[in-house]
Amino acid sequence: MDTSLEISLTVNGVPVRRRVEPRLSLVDFLRYELELTGSHVGCEHGVCGACTVRVDGELVRGCLMLAVQADGCRVETIEGVAGTGEIFDLQQAFAEENALQCGACTPGLLLTAQEILRRNPRVDEAEIRRGLSGNYCRCTGYHAIVQAIRKAGAGRAGGTR
Amino acid sequence: MSEEARSAGARITEGESYIGKSVVRPQTARLLAGRGVFTDDIKLPRMTHVAFLRSSHAHARIVSIDAGAAKALPGVVAVIAGEEMARVCGGWVGTLAHFKGMKSAKQYPLAIGRATWQGEPVVAVVAESRAVAEDAVARIAVEWDPLPAVTDPETALDPSTPVIHPELGDNLAFELELTSGDVDRAFREADAVYSDTFWMGRHTGVTLEARTILADFDLSEQRLTVYHSFQAPNMMQDILARHLRIPEHNVRVITKDVGGSFGIKVHIYPDEMAACALAVMLGRPVKFVADRFESFLSDIHARDHRVKAEVAVKRDGTILGMKVDDLTGIGPYSVYPRTSAVEGNQTVRLTPCGYKFRDYAASLKVVLQNKTPMCQYRAVGHPIAFAVMEGMVDRVARELQLDPVEVRRKNYITRDMYPYTSPTGYFFERLSHEEALDRLLEISDYPALCAERDTLRSRGIYRGLGLCTFIELTTPGPAFYGVGGARISSQDGCTIKLEPTGKLICMTGVTEQGQGTDTMIAQVVATAMGVPLDDVRVLTGDTMVTPYGGGTWASRGAGIGGEAALLAGKALKENVLKVAAAILACEPMDLDLRRGRIVDAGTGEVRLDLGELGRIAYFRPDTLPKDFQPELAVTRHYVPRHQGFAFTNGIQLSHVEVDVDTGFVRLLKHWAVEDCGRIINPRLVDEQVRGAVVQGIGAALFEHCVYDEQGQLLTGTMGDYLVPMAAEMPEIVVDHVQTPTLFAEGGFKGAGEAGVAGAPGAVLNAVNDALAPFNARVTRQPITPDVILKALDKL
Repeated sequence: MDTSLEISLTVNGVPVRRRVEPRLSLVDFLRYELELTGSHVGCEHGVCGACTVRVDGELVRGCLMLAVQADGCRVETIEGVAGTGEIFDLQQAFAEENALQCGACTPGLLLTAQEILRRNPRVDEAEIRRGLSGNYCRCTGYHAIVQAIRKAGAGRAGGTR
Repeated sequence: MSEEARSAGARITEGESYIGKSVVRPQTARLLAGRGVFTDDIKLPRMTHVAFLRSSHAHARIVSIDAGAAKALPGVVAVIAGEEMARVCGGWVGTLAHFKGMKSAKQYPLAIGRATWQGEPVVAVVAESRAVAEDAVARIAVEWDPLPAVTDPETALDPSTPVIHPELGDNLAFELELTSGDVDRAFREADAVYSDTFWMGRHTGVTLEARTILADFDLSEQRLTVYHSFQAPNMMQDILARHLRIPEHNVRVITKDVGGSFGIKVHIYPDEMAACALAVMLGRPVKFVADRFESFLSDIHARDHRVKAEVAVKRDGTILGMKVDDLTGIGPYSVYPRTSAVEGNQTVRLTPCGYKFRDYAASLKVVLQNKTPMCQYRAVGHPIAFAVMEGMVDRVARELQLDPVEVRRKNYITRDMYPYTSPTGYFFERLSHEEALDRLLEISDYPALCAERDTLRSRGIYRGLGLCTFIELTTPGPAFYGVGGARISSQDGCTIKLEPTGKLICMTGVTEQGQGTDTMIAQVVATAMGVPLDDVRVLTGDTMVTPYGGGTWASRGAGIGGEAALLAGKALKENVLKVAAAILACEPMDLDLRRGRIVDAGTGEVRLDLGELGRIAYFRPDTLPKDFQPELAVTRHYVPRHQGFAFTNGIQLSHVEVDVDTGFVRLLKHWAVEDCGRIINPRLVDEQVRGAVVQGIGAALFEHCVYDEQGQLLTGTMGDYLVPMAAEMPEIVVDHVQTPTLFAEGGFKGAGEAGVAGAPGAVLNAVNDALAPFNARVTRQPITPDVILKALDKL
């Protein structure tokens, strides 16, 4: 029995129309249907943040949202956000501070970091750490990530953006 | 050995050097753009997916398996159970010959007749999609006959406890008795003897990218290609070749980006072997990705030690001797091929190693149980050994009202005692305990922290400071696995080839999982050659292409892979200069290679661009002398021959505040000083240490695989199993002492274990320092609030 539903949405600015199973998660849809493999699957329970994407401008867990729920929405993934240059300074700061090791958490962290800085580029360390509390990184111990976000934030607050 | 002799070892820092520079990892660009290629990102034509029916019981007989409904589901390709699988993939036994008397049972990819832990794979379902495979798994009916589960190591050897594998006779996998000196005399002569029992909880790696494998078998050429999220591709190649009976050169293992490993991805897992066997059976690519439930139930677990320790001391804090009794449960099988005896072995051998007392006796028992198999995870044995040793040192200081710093200083192996062999047989070329301690006290302003702690106590704020001296086993030679019969390379190769434009492609046997192996290797090669760093591209992890090697584990990347890269770089430079001399009609010794150009060795005047040299060597060799053949690709290998391991050392300090009403621990700050010899990339080392400190903090305070008495895992999701997150983690200050090894030209040693080795002991001691006014003490990790409240008699 075909239970699939048709959805149409924009992903990284590109209109997409697909038939999907109702049980398909948004992150699996992005990874396996659209081959946007930058969004990762970590815990499948909304804890680790590896699948973080933006839907209509808001951060969501790609593992907790179904693809069908994204019907009509504007979805942005790491590929899109990196492609527009929106987070260029964050990417650069992450590289300089070595704020990533294996890179599995990095796409979700960059999107979260961008949201933290969008709300307040002058954010202090404690606020950054609170803002990152839903993103698990096993490699870095978080120190370099916090420093990288501060660095990018300082650049933005200084009027460079 | 004099300091002058030491610095004379610094030969490779002559001239322009990338050694000691915090260059940015160029490979991060793809990861920052979402363009990394992890194994699950790979899609092959006709690819299938496997899901497993896993045992829901810790121990049960498989009475029957009815897979009819599963096979009938559209999209299902195959449903395979244990015996059918075993015909294609033979079983294995996880023992090593140098662990005398060690025993374990034969293990197969899928359980046959009986399941021995909750999560053991029993039936494999291959389907067109993972979702369909899981649907089919749900339609398999297994009739189980539950058997009593062996869960408590303390009673595993009791006559009344069932024997998990009757053919072994008992549940004892390995035991070891170590004695050095005269412990009884030390205890007779002591002014005081203190004893404690420590429990170090079971935890696991929680790599963010779960274990993943994609196997593709080409029936026409009988070639198996495996994409594997793994640390040791050549080890996997060897094992797949032998167990699937495919000639070794027809097995290719490729590791793409690996999303964290930490020792989780260096073992043989039955589900991964099954995926490869299925690819052979079906002639189609088969992908297996562990979901998070499967990770918690089937990734190796670690620790789970109960250690009784007794120290004999003089009134002035001099340690005379020590007795240690370690009991550890390893699950139903010793893990293949590295075995599950290594952690216990290292625990009892490392424990006394920071100090100079010689009278030591240790007893180790490694027992089987019906829980997830245990094996080597980052800093194998270290965090247990040093939490115990340093916990006892602080106990001595507290009981005798001595300064914990001075008790350590009094007992350290001192700088005049090297080279030194520990009572447990470990050789130390040169450790730097005294220098590291001095450095730590300086950077932390330790006396000020002590004064602040004392002031705050009178105001009802309970802060504590905890020191933890540690030793770190790095750069292992063949004594680690090879002598025990395991086909795990202790040597590594490095191949460098000059492209016609003068750029370099470098291939190494060590592998990359985020540490920056490829960057570190490029820094060494660029320095040894005399070329810009950007001109070196490093490739790792492809057994068809990269030189044979062990991969990355036990902090061997810099000490072994780095040294091989240094030797290869020097050899290729020599060859390049010969070609340049042939072109320029002069002697090689008159020339040098600097910043990618051939220069006059004396004046530094540029004589020839490397690209021009490449053009002539590859496209116009007719212009060179007829008897001259340019050799612009070289391979060099390295294995540590002069010592079994390159031991390093360091010390950590944890500063905490304990809420004595709730039992919560707040981490205020953490310091780590370590000595990994000559540092190639300071930023990479610092971040390795910081990440590892946090992993150690996780073990100390949060992480725990909790089982019930029936052997059911109660912490099977990331909602239940706590990992360290950013908000709870402290600022971590990292500093170094650099004592290069003189046994290798580079002087590099490892740094990957240091943070995990020392953090649990430091946090333990800090919590106990905070609890000192209440005369309370904890010896159990993770130190959850209930552990603290129990110690305070509040629960």
